[in-house]
Amino acid sequence: MTSSTHWTTVCKQTDLVLDSGICALVNEIQVALFCLPSQDAVFAIANTDPFSQANVLSRGLVGSLGEDLVVASPVYKQHFCLRSGRCFEDESQSISSWPARIENGNVEILI
Amino acid sequence: MSKTKLVVAGNGMVGHQFLQSIADSGQLEQFEITVFCEETRLAYDRVHLSAYFSGSSAEDLAMGDAEMYRNWGLNVLTGEKVSAIDRDNKSVTTDKGTELAYDKLVLATGSFPFVPPVPGHDRQQCLVYRTIDDLDAIAAVAEKSKVGVVVGGGLLGLEAAKALTDLGLETHVVEFAPRLMAVQLDDGGGAMLRHKIEELGVKVHTEKNTQLIDDGENHFHKMNFADGEVLETDLILFSAGIRPRDELARQCDLETGERGGIVINNQCQTSDPDIYAIGECALWNKQIFGLVAPGNQMAKVAVTHLIEGSGSFTGADMSTKLKLMGVDVASIGDAHGRTPGSRNYTFIDEQTEVYKKLVVSEDNKLLLGAILVGDAEEYGTLLQYMLNGIHLPEFPDSLILPNRGDDQQTGLGVAALPETAQVCSCHDVTKGDVRAAIDGGCCTIGDVKGATKAATGCGGCAALVTDLVNHELEELGIEVNRDICEHFPHTRQDLYNLIRVEGIRSFSELLAKHGQGHGCEICRPAVGNILASCWNDYILTESNVSLQDTNDTFMANMQKDGTYSIVPRVPGGEITPDKLIALGQVAKKYNLYTKITGGQRVDLFGARLEQLPPIWQELIDSGFETGHAYGKSLRTVKSCVGSTWCRFGVDDSAGLAIELEDRYKGLRAPHKIKFAVSGCTRECAEAQSKDIGVIATENGWNLYVCGNGGMKPRHGDLFATDLDKDTLIRYIDCILMFYIKTADRLQRTSVWMDNLEGGLDYLQQVIINDSLSLNDELAEQMKQVIESYQCEWKTTLQSPEALKRFRHFVNSETSDDNIVFVEERQQIRPARLDEKAELIAQPIKMVS
Ligand code: SRM
Ligand SMILES: Cc1cc2nc3c(=O)[nH]c(=O)nc-3n(C[C@H](O)[C@H](O)[C@H](O)COP(=O)(O)OP(=O)(O)OC[C@H]3O[C@@H](n4cnc5c(N)ncnc54)[C@H](O)[C@@H]3O)c2cc1C
Ligand code: SF4
Ligand code: FES
Repeated sequence: MTSSTHWTTVCKQTDLVLDSGICALVNEIQVALFCLPSQDAVFAIANTDPFSQANVLSRGLVGSLGEDLVVASPVYKQHFCLRSGRCFEDESQSISSWPARIENGNVEILI
Repeated sequence: MSKTKLVVAGNGMVGHQFLQSIADSGQLEQFEITVFCEETRLAYDRVHLSAYFSGSSAEDLAMGDAEMYRNWGLNVLTGEKVSAIDRDNKSVTTDKGTELAYDKLVLATGSFPFVPPVPGHDRQQCLVYRTIDDLDAIAAVAEKSKVGVVVGGGLLGLEAAKALTDLGLETHVVEFAPRLMAVQLDDGGGAMLRHKIEELGVKVHTEKNTQLIDDGENHFHKMNFADGEVLETDLILFSAGIRPRDELARQCDLETGERGGIVINNQCQTSDPDIYAIGECALWNKQIFGLVAPGNQMAKVAVTHLIEGSGSFTGADMSTKLKLMGVDVASIGDAHGRTPGSRNYTFIDEQTEVYKKLVVSEDNKLLLGAILVGDAEEYGTLLQYMLNGIHLPEFPDSLILPNRGDDQQTGLGVAALPETAQVCSCHDVTKGDVRAAIDGGCCTIGDVKGATKAATGCGGCAALVTDLVNHELEELGIEVNRDICEHFPHTRQDLYNLIRVEGIRSFSELLAKHGQGHGCEICRPAVGNILASCWNDYILTESNVSLQDTNDTFMANMQKDGTYSIVPRVPGGEITPDKLIALGQVAKKYNLYTKITGGQRVDLFGARLEQLPPIWQELIDSGFETGHAYGKSLRTVKSCVGSTWCRFGVDDSAGLAIELEDRYKGLRAPHKIKFAVSGCTRECAEAQSKDIGVIATENGWNLYVCGNGGMKPRHGDLFATDLDKDTLIRYIDCILMFYIKTADRLQRTSVWMDNLEGGLDYLQQVIINDSLSLNDELAEQMKQVIESYQCEWKTTLQSPEALKRFRHFVNSETSDDNIVFVEERQQIRPARLDEKAELIAQPIKMVS
């Protein structure tokens, strides 16, 4: 995880789509945000799919692989860990991830 | 009892197998083992060495593992090489000065690449291809090179050539012999292989004898050939054969072969009974085996002999199947027809570039050898014929002639193999071994691979092993695990029935009742699809949103750059001029690439996510509906113009096609469904290649089912003839619903039919004779789907909530700056990465 010490407000909690993703622009960086009600949590990872170079990970399907929560790239279906950004098929293609939380109805991330 | 001091020189693939076999025998206790390993790495998979260039790391290739060796109680010294053997005192010395006594010594020193002693062969940037270190050196030189030459057009040489092309070099192969892979192939096979490889951009030079390598003018080296020609290159890779590493044997006067190799007997002992030699350094019956399978057999024999005093090596089959630069090549047994009296069958197809040859015995009964280039699908079957002496069919050529669908099955079913048949040669696994593993509790392919190692070597036997395992499991009445994924212990068919019977309407309800975990990209869309087949709710209702693949979520097809394509429905391919104009206007306004599809409609490419709703608003205003190009659902009903215009047409095929498309549009199924209707037997709509095909006759309509184009084409089966329209439609209703009920996930009707027990007959019984008394129910279910149809785009445009998702950023109105187009043939196309780098500074203007 990459992190700073400053929580940035990104969008409203109501902008999130349950069990699915949306994309936000934060300091010129495209961030994919996923909301998993069963975990009572929000996750933030990079939106760029390293395999296709397309900015689309927020449009992937979320799910679990064993114990890990993942999103599958909508282009070629590789899995990325929602917590760490690790790519399960090829570690060298792992992506950034940031801590995320909901405060007073806002989604915030440490970026 | 004191332990036997065992010293092993070499920790390559065979040296590792030797240690593994001792561990497998449970006799590690008997020995005090020291292993010397010249390379700095423990044993790794040399067979898959080239994978190092396509993404595998040294760790992925590793076979030996320091911790595992430690647990086995071995003392392993890497980066240390045995430099001398003192047979009188029974001790070895190493290059680091270690001296160690042995009771038994094993030489597993492998071989080295032969470099012809051409003047200049030792220049810089002249390399070989054997170890991971070699590969690192190649990559380093390749980085600053443009041209690479491989000397040697054998199996390894071609693999090396592949590596050079992957590294981006202009690649040449220089071969002394008149053809490629001279050992395994004949002239015809070699020529076909050459042709295919040249098509891939590799330049092949045969009958070239290199005489001198010196400085080039434009490149680092200049190679001078005996015929006076020259070739300039930056990198030279020698792959001109291997030579056994027998230097230790020579130093201590063990018997060696005239052309190298440590002579061994059937027990793998050298001329000194306390010293064994195994793998590529060993010479058995005047033969060196340059493959890993025979080496592994030697390792096993040496271990049994050490422990039990028995076991013998009796030679090995050298048949091989490989993929060289994507070209399938296989050579079996006596490929050159050297057996007296043998005869050949040859099949050459210059169209698809396939070469196949069979060598059979004089009496036409036994297969002696074979060569396959371009298509090696029959390798497994042919190898079994050869190895097991199975009698050939009456016309042996049927084994290599293309199956045109009308002749009987010629493949050899796994049931026909004898118990002793070797199914995996890399690990010497027989059919009997696989059965024993299953008797011992293995229930999946994975288990059997783990227990027997079958199919874990070159992988050439994987299809055969899978067939065999499934066959054996089924024989035992064991159900083969067909669970959809780790989240549901059910097949797709089970899930369908559960959803229907229990009236389940959402994924979360199904997961709570019958599953576990969070779901995944396999079960979520599959369940979303079943829910739609059953209840046909709007696919973007809140509880369904997270089930849809991106294509279904945004009701468009994602392209490689993250933009989408749009395909409005054009029922039967019939379109008015006004609608054509409307399509053109929308495409022009939004600067979309337009193309006529293979399904008789128009596809508009290059729309950004946020452009989809306004584009669809305009399309709907012009009278279009969604075409479901994104869904596992009805795609198109192709038509021909039919009796209305065509002088041969016997019925109104276009009219029927439109009616059928309107009836079934929006129907979700396990996979996409395509129809076509032709107006006469000339079949211009290609109905026999569709899931549902209809052809007009003088007396009604003929119905064909379960045809397929695509990856594995299948002709449709004639289901019923001369039907009136009502019966035709009722049959189609019931067939489709029966398919939806019983097919596997992502199974087209063609594969469904091939797997349907009882096949076409059974399906006719169920539908025409209603043998399961199911038809009323199926027809009713179809009626519900048809009545609940809605254009998903129309519904979406009326829902502000759903539209919220159609923007790239939730917190910004800007669009994705990574989407860049360039112009080609007067239309846009996505920019390539290199073009993007230049263009991103000045993107072309977009309409939004
Ligand atoms: C656009 C089109 C090619 C074209 O430019 O003509 C096309 C494009 C795609 N086809 Fe196709 N197929 C198109 C006609 C066909 C046809 C011809 C036909 O329908 O008559 C076939 C062979 C007939 C058949 O299906 O039996 C065809 C056989 C396939 C297959 C192989 C299916 C199989 O059973 O083997 C796939 C892969 C799959 O579905 O898993 C595929 C998949 C695809 C995908 C979805 C690949 C992908 O995931 O991106 C492409 C998406 C297109 C898009 O973004 O719009 N496409 N595809 C055609 C759209 C027709 C339409 O109007 O809807
Ligand atoms: C690129 C490539 C592709 C191949 N593809 C295939 C294939 O598809 N199918 C197939 O069957 N075979 C293939 N082979 C051949 C296969 O890799 C060899 O048959 C196999 O590795 C032989 O095993 P080995 O243990 O005898 O020799 P090696 O694996 O070469 O191991 C010998 C080891 O001993 C070490 N050594 C040598 N002398 C000493 C000493 N004095 N003291 C200590 N250590 C020493 C060496 O450094 C080496 O590490 C391929 C080989 C290459 C290079
Ligand atoms: S044939 Fe392949 S490349 Fe062409 S449209 Fe179909 S899927 Fe795409
Ligand atoms: S034959 Fe090579 S893995 Fe089985």
